[in-house]
Amino acid sequence: MSFFNRITGKKKSAQSAKERLQLVLTHDRTDMTPAVLEALKDELIEVISRHIEIDPSAVNIDVAREGREQRLVADIPLKAKTRQRGR
Amino acid sequence: MSAKIVTITSGKGGVGKTTAIASLGIALASRGQKVVCIDGDIGLRNLDVIMGLENRIVYDIVDIVEGRCRLRQAMIRDKRLPGLFLIPAAQTRDKMAVSPSDMMRLGDELREEVDWVLIDSPAGIERGFKNAIAPADRVLVLTNPEISAVRDADRVIGILEAEEKGSPSLILNRVNHEMVKKQEMLSPDDVLDLLAIDLIGIVPEDKSVLIAANQGSPIALDKESRAGQAFRNIAGRLIGEDVPYMDLEEQGGLWKRISKLTGRS
Ligand SMILES: Nc1ncnc2c1ncn2[C@@H]1O[C@H](COP(=O)(O)OP(=O)(O)OP(=O)(O)O)[C@@H](O)[C@H]1O
Ligand SMILES: [Mg+2]
Repeated sequence: MSFFNRITGKKKSAQSAKERLQLVLTHDRTDMTPAVLEALKDELIEVISRHIEIDPSAVNIDVAREGREQRLVADIPLKAKTRQRGR
Repeated sequence: MSAKIVTITSGKGGVGKTTAIASLGIALASRGQKVVCIDGDIGLRNLDVIMGLENRIVYDIVDIVEGRCRLRQAMIRDKRLPGLFLIPAAQTRDKMAVSPSDMMRLGDELREEVDWVLIDSPAGIERGFKNAIAPADRVLVLTNPEISAVRDADRVIGILEAEEKGSPSLILNRVNHEMVKKQEMLSPDDVLDLLAIDLIGIVPEDKSVLIAANQGSPIALDKESRAGQAFRNIAGRLIGEDVPYMDLEEQGGLWKRISKLTGRS
């Protein structure tokens, strides 16, 4: 969005069309929907938290597009250890 | 001779496939190439009227496939240009009258006769589409900068990739530069970014396309028309020339000449 559009809060229709198409094409090309993505995120957090400590609010899962290929990208920041090294 | 077989398809209907086939046929033939255009839309024949050859039809594609005539008999010669032919669709039959393997056989026979076979695919992703892409060496996906047309084009590209037809090239038709500038229409860059395939042509929205259709005189014959120029450019690129993309902002021929005369840019 241009600066002007951002301050007036109005999005041009071409931008809406592009953003909507990005989502719908991802869905058409794969089985991925926003709902599936959310469910996946919750379950991933649950599984990972069983083994290591993470901050659920920092987890980010998204579909990245590269040409006509799409990949699921998970960004899961690890928490710094608070205990002393070596017990 | 060994013709190259090129099919234009789109998913969505009414985006300009028939317009494009007629004009590419004219543009290639006017460069001295021998071209046959095939109307693949059995039951909804239209390429004949767009090319202005509707009064000369005797045999059609189903007659060839079912052996009622020889291939040459169903090839209607376009008298405007030497080396341009049309094989019309049957109007009273349905798409099931022809199979993909019939089309492969027809394609192989035509390869020996001409330089180019251009196939006009019907809309959709069913039998008529499958027939049209079966013999193709190269597929061009044509769309408009419009949300549902782009979505359908993406579906078709996905099917072509799954059928190992190779990656198709894109013709973006009916681009309205004024609207793109106002960001009220998807730009060519937006569409290319979304579909992620190679571009072979951008055709502006042009009122003279309808006038040309009214007259049965494909738009590529109109030297003043911007859409006609765009299709002639695509023909050049098909042949392998490195044709620069035209400036969408530039006004049409007449206006350009007037502004040159009056010194305005
Ligand atoms: N560049 C253009 N500028 C203006 N009008 C256009 C342009 N291209 C096509 N049209 C118009 O769009 C309409 C549909 O064109 P056409 O019949 O070629 O589409 P099609 O994809 O073959 O349709 P179908 O899917 O029904 O076979 C026609 O009225 C034509 O005049
Ligand atoms: Mg058509």
